[in-house]
Amino acid sequence: MQTLKHHAGIVVPLDRVNVDTDQIIPKQFLKLIERTGFGQYLFYDWRFHQDGNPKIDFILNDPQYKEGKILLTRANFGSGSSREHAVWALLDYGFRVLIAPSYADIFYNNCFKNGVLPITLDEAVVSQLFDEVAKHDGYSLDIDLGEETIRKPTGEVLRFEIDPFRKKCLLEGLDDISLTLHHEQKIRSHELKLHPFQKIDVAR
Amino acid sequence: MAPRTLFEKVWESHVVHEEPGRPSLMWVDRHLVHEVTSPQAFGGLRISGRRVRRPDLTFATVDHNVPTTDRSVPVQDPISRKQIEALEQNCRDFGITLFDLHSPQQGIVHIIGPELGITLPGLTIVCGDSHTSTHGAFGALALGIGTSEVEHVLVTQCLWISKPESFEIRVDGVPPSGVTAKDLILSIIGHIGAAGGTGSIIEYRGDAISSLTMEERMTICNMSIEGGARAGLIAPDETTFRYIRGRKYSPRDKPLEEAEQYWRELRSDQGASFDRSVQLHADKMKPQVTWGTTPAMVTDVTGSVPNPEDFADPNMRKAATRALEYMALEPGTAIQSIKLDRVFIGSCTNSRLMDLVAASKVVKGRKVAPGVRAMVVPGSQMIKHQAEAQGLDRVFIEAGFEWRESGCSMCLGMNPDILAPRERCASTSNRNFEGRQGREGRTHLVSPIMAAAAAIAGHFVDVRDWDLAG
Repeated sequence: MQTLKHHAGIVVPLDRVNVDTDQIIPKQFLKLIERTGFGQYLFYDWRFHQDGNPKIDFILNDPQYKEGKILLTRANFGSGSSREHAVWALLDYGFRVLIAPSYADIFYNNCFKNGVLPITLDEAVVSQLFDEVAKHDGYSLDIDLGEETIRKPTGEVLRFEIDPFRKKCLLEGLDDISLTLHHEQKIRSHELKLHPFQKIDVAR
Repeated sequence: MAPRTLFEKVWESHVVHEEPGRPSLMWVDRHLVHEVTSPQAFGGLRISGRRVRRPDLTFATVDHNVPTTDRSVPVQDPISRKQIEALEQNCRDFGITLFDLHSPQQGIVHIIGPELGITLPGLTIVCGDSHTSTHGAFGALALGIGTSEVEHVLVTQCLWISKPESFEIRVDGVPPSGVTAKDLILSIIGHIGAAGGTGSIIEYRGDAISSLTMEERMTICNMSIEGGARAGLIAPDETTFRYIRGRKYSPRDKPLEEAEQYWRELRSDQGASFDRSVQLHADKMKPQVTWGTTPAMVTDVTGSVPNPEDFADPNMRKAATRALEYMALEPGTAIQSIKLDRVFIGSCTNSRLMDLVAASKVVKGRKVAPGVRAMVVPGSQMIKHQAEAQGLDRVFIEAGFEWRESGCSMCLGMNPDILAPRERCASTSNRNFEGRQGREGRTHLVSPIMAAAAAIAGHFVDVRDWDLAG
């Protein structure tokens, strides 16, 4: 997994609550068997008309956000379907950092498996950021994961909190599977103590 | 020992490794796999040269993108076909049992797990699908996971999980006739909100829960995710054990007796404490109909579409305004005046035999309203055959419904079963998100009997007014 230490860039405001993963990546794109190339389909039904032409009133089609690198959004982002394609689409588009008051659990987990940092800030702080983005063209933020800080264009610094283990994995680009395989002995001994009902006779 | 919750009991018996400040490494008893969220995971295995640790605990089927029309005809959509073939190849190469398109056991992954006795109390069950919460109806800790985690479980048979909080939802009383498990769970979600359960495992308790059949309990646990929860749980009891006995992979004889003895301990102890608790009463519940674009946007069938101005929270006001615009509904519109184009009875929420029996009683001897297209998609081949043995297919077909092959179908519209733009559908599925059943399609979530009655009337009706004696 790619490491994430710093990330800076233009903030794209998506002012909606409960954005579900069906919106982030609609079903018609889940049939692909690859992990890459999903960025072009990000928010597809909100972003494009049925004929494939861009919807000019959708935020990603606003020229000032063309180079967007940070997605600012509202509570319960990523709700619904477990489709990791949602994170692949955000990542492929260039959003390695998200800022919201809360995220749905499965989506939140999926972010960390792909080197995407979902920052959680208080509702009021998020609202303040929405206000500032609206007032300033090209509003950018500079995120330092190691320091757990967000630097505003004014130089003001916001702090965020993140689980230390998840932080370490992002900073070092740690691969979960290799981490787990270090515990092989423990897995083995757990496996040997299973209750009979936990086993299964596949030959039936 | 201090009193423990059901969740704590199942959790503690599966911890492989834990240390402070880190997620726990948990043993996974059953891994269910389907064609949509697995190809990239198997791809990862091929790249790294790893194998599947416990193919014997891994079961696969095709359900999400499969057509529900004649199975003797090859799958027409080339991309769907490729995804189905990829799963077949992966199961062959890695030694995994697959219930393929032509298997008499094929069906929606969350329907066939219980049906085949793969799902049992006290297990940990994962699947690359959010509705894995369904299996919690048996007292199993069942979690939806992403594709990276699917790969991790394939290789290690374990999963890193940060211990969730426990959330008790107690429903007491007896639901009135015509008020189903679907109405209970929609009421619960309406009460706690779409993110009400975030970070927690819900345990459903109380008379109104313990008196439910296994099929109804599955409907409840299935939609835990729509309330934002990580999973849902219901303590196993005699109803659970009766359901389990005699299924294909269930334990038998002495191992079953021993298992049942163990399972009887799987309930929250007297005095066990939950991080949160909510209490509701079933006596006053009414049939539910969603009006918006999250399952929490729901109201009684006797109610009307709310006015966004009445929401105190500005974000919710904005969301409700947008939802009404998408749904093409005016505030104040009576729910029962909403006319329908389509009716879908199916999905991992409501496509079990009991759902179909109940819906068939509503439609028997009646006709689908002119202009309405209605379909029934049984959850599995086994359900389809059981239903046909009881003549339910004839009842539905004579009433004007389409009777289809099993799969996820119009719940998410990955196969050809989709709404046309602006079509309005009464659906027994679990999500009314924008575009869920087809781009610009409008979904209202309801119970199977409410959907059946709506198909006959051409608009929503209060099914409690109907003679359901059938």
